[in-house]
Amino acid sequence: MLAVLILFPMAVAVLAHFIPWYRGRSWLLPASGALHLVLAVLVSTDGGPGWGSWVGLDPLSTLVLLVTSLLFFGCSVYAVDYLELRRDRGNRQMVPCLLTFLSAMTLAVTARHLGVLWFAVETTTIASAPLIYYNRNRLSIEATWKYLLICSVGIALAMLGLLFVAYAGLAGGEPVSLQLDRLLAGGAHLSRPWLHAGFVFLLVGFGTKMGLAPLHSWKPDAYGEAPGMVGALLAGGLTSVAFLGILRGVQIMGAAGDGALARQMLLGLGLLSLVLAAVFMVRQRDIKRLLAYSSIEHMGILALGVGIGGLAAFGALLHLVNNALTKGCLFLAAGNIHRAFASKRLEDIRGATTRLPLSGGLFLAGFLAITGSPPFGPFLSEFTILRGMFQAGQGPLAALVLLLLATVFIGMGATVLSVAQGDPPAGEAPFRDRLLLVAPPLGFLLAILLLGLYLPEPLRHLLENAASLLEVQP
Amino acid sequence: MNQLSNLCLLLVILLNFFTLGSARLGACIRAVALQGGLLALLPLLAHGLNAHTLLLAAGALGLKGLLIPWLLLRAIREVRIRKEVEPLIGFVPTLVLGALFTAGAFIFADSLPLVPAHHQGLFVPTSLATLFAGFLLLMSRRKAITQVLGYLILENGIFIFGTLLSEALPLMVEAGVLLDLLVGVFVMGIVINQINREFSTLNTERLSALKE
Repeated sequence: MLAVLILFPMAVAVLAHFIPWYRGRSWLLPASGALHLVLAVLVSTDGGPGWGSWVGLDPLSTLVLLVTSLLFFGCSVYAVDYLELRRDRGNRQMVPCLLTFLSAMTLAVTARHLGVLWFAVETTTIASAPLIYYNRNRLSIEATWKYLLICSVGIALAMLGLLFVAYAGLAGGEPVSLQLDRLLAGGAHLSRPWLHAGFVFLLVGFGTKMGLAPLHSWKPDAYGEAPGMVGALLAGGLTSVAFLGILRGVQIMGAAGDGALARQMLLGLGLLSLVLAAVFMVRQRDIKRLLAYSSIEHMGILALGVGIGGLAAFGALLHLVNNALTKGCLFLAAGNIHRAFASKRLEDIRGATTRLPLSGGLFLAGFLAITGSPPFGPFLSEFTILRGMFQAGQGPLAALVLLLLATVFIGMGATVLSVAQGDPPAGEAPFRDRLLLVAPPLGFLLAILLLGLYLPEPLRHLLENAASLLEVQP
Repeated sequence: MNQLSNLCLLLVILLNFFTLGSARLGACIRAVALQGGLLALLPLLAHGLNAHTLLLAAGALGLKGLLIPWLLLRAIREVRIRKEVEPLIGFVPTLVLGALFTAGAFIFADSLPLVPAHHQGLFVPTSLATLFAGFLLLMSRRKAITQVLGYLILENGIFIFGTLLSEALPLMVEAGVLLDLLVGVFVMGIVINQINREFSTLNTERLSALKE
């Protein structure tokens, strides 16, 4: 079952390349997205046997799998009408690359062997580079080059980290292996210096991919130049997958009895991400770059939550779900606004709620949600993380985080409100809201509203199990 | 065996210096190709002849030594590069930095808690020195292709460390790693072609419109 889940998007990608029918190729996306979602729900309920010892599911991967699958389904529905509007650019590269990207993300999430995880994450980089280059202009080529080079080098360093972890086994007298369960079982025997070096490189490598400051430099460019739908998949899906890579490192460090050290490093990077994002979000003139900095901010919050541990780790995992869905809503709405004003610069966009009542409203609501306003889901998860900080006796840190969140709220609010309010510039709008372009972001918004009001029991159970995996002591 | 592998690794270090100091792009690509070919010998020398090492050596030789350099040479023919390597910092300072990093790698590797079997060989210091050389090339050159060469040398450094641990990485995973490298360089080649068409130069300093 898992094998089907990983391999069928690849098969459809090959099929999509050979189909001559434009619209039919676009419709392959929601069809595969729906099938992937159904299969993902099925494997997550019955658990299903793994595929050898290399691929399998645990609560952490189940959580990320469901989130990415849901996000991809929403974006794939959006893609049908989006690609219809962009007939001049075509979809012969877009559709196969998106499906390969889905396949690679699924493999990365379900990998139980660190080498397989590495291979899958590097594949996501290669598969998503053509997606960022979709608009084929000078700015998008610059963004693509930076993305490819920075992420490839980052992931190469993660490989070095993996090898160091393997060497830690060798130096500790264990049989060398990168199989996760074996590493967790033999954690106590791993040689400390090599393990620590390995974790640092893993953190740098997957942190680059996830966009933790100061390794975030590709992110505003890539998210700013990629189509909105691709931005949503990167900001909600790929970052969660890369975070899972870091969490595997945290698990191994925990099994070796060094969990505290791993947490301190995550705290440092998380706090730095929050500070840098807050600084760059004030007076940001470009709405998509604004969302990219928001993504850096929320990656920081995830790192902080896991860094504190306990209740805050539970909150961080809940926040992973909320962040992915809210980013989906925001990027898709921003894509519509970009289309309707033919610009993403603040100077050109006014009165989005007048010209695009639905997309403008969704953008505004998404802003309120992502900055942690009640009653949306991110409020609940950020509140849980802050409660976890106070419980852990980190009062001053919590106060600092609150101050930074307030700065972000004000900085982001200034930009978003000036986009939403006012009278739109004169002239006929080239674009009106269409059903398939508005339904997915609306669906994401309803989902986070629901998560803010009520946390379903199976989800709570899954989150608790996943958080407990991070707390394992030798 | 140990003698032979040490000879190979010394040649790898010399090739690092050649790439850092050479002004001719074609020669740099051939040097990286030769380095890739030498790396293909390492698994055989370190672990003896068996199916795993043979396949790994064949894969490394085919991809690192032949296919990827061929792709890069074709890329520079297609974009008809007029100027050769353009350094951000001069060749002599790069070489001096490279020498300092290499010496540092040897001193540092001596102080690492290696298992006794690895204390003698040059694997770990060469791996670190090659890694640094790759980074140096990546950061000190303007041209997109030279940055790809830097990335390849960096990967070579990691490969050398990996040969010490090839039991940890099953063959399928190693094949996947090599395949990722190939496809990655292939995609980079396409992007390089687009950069050339759009800017009529491969100078990545022109890629600076996006900033705060």
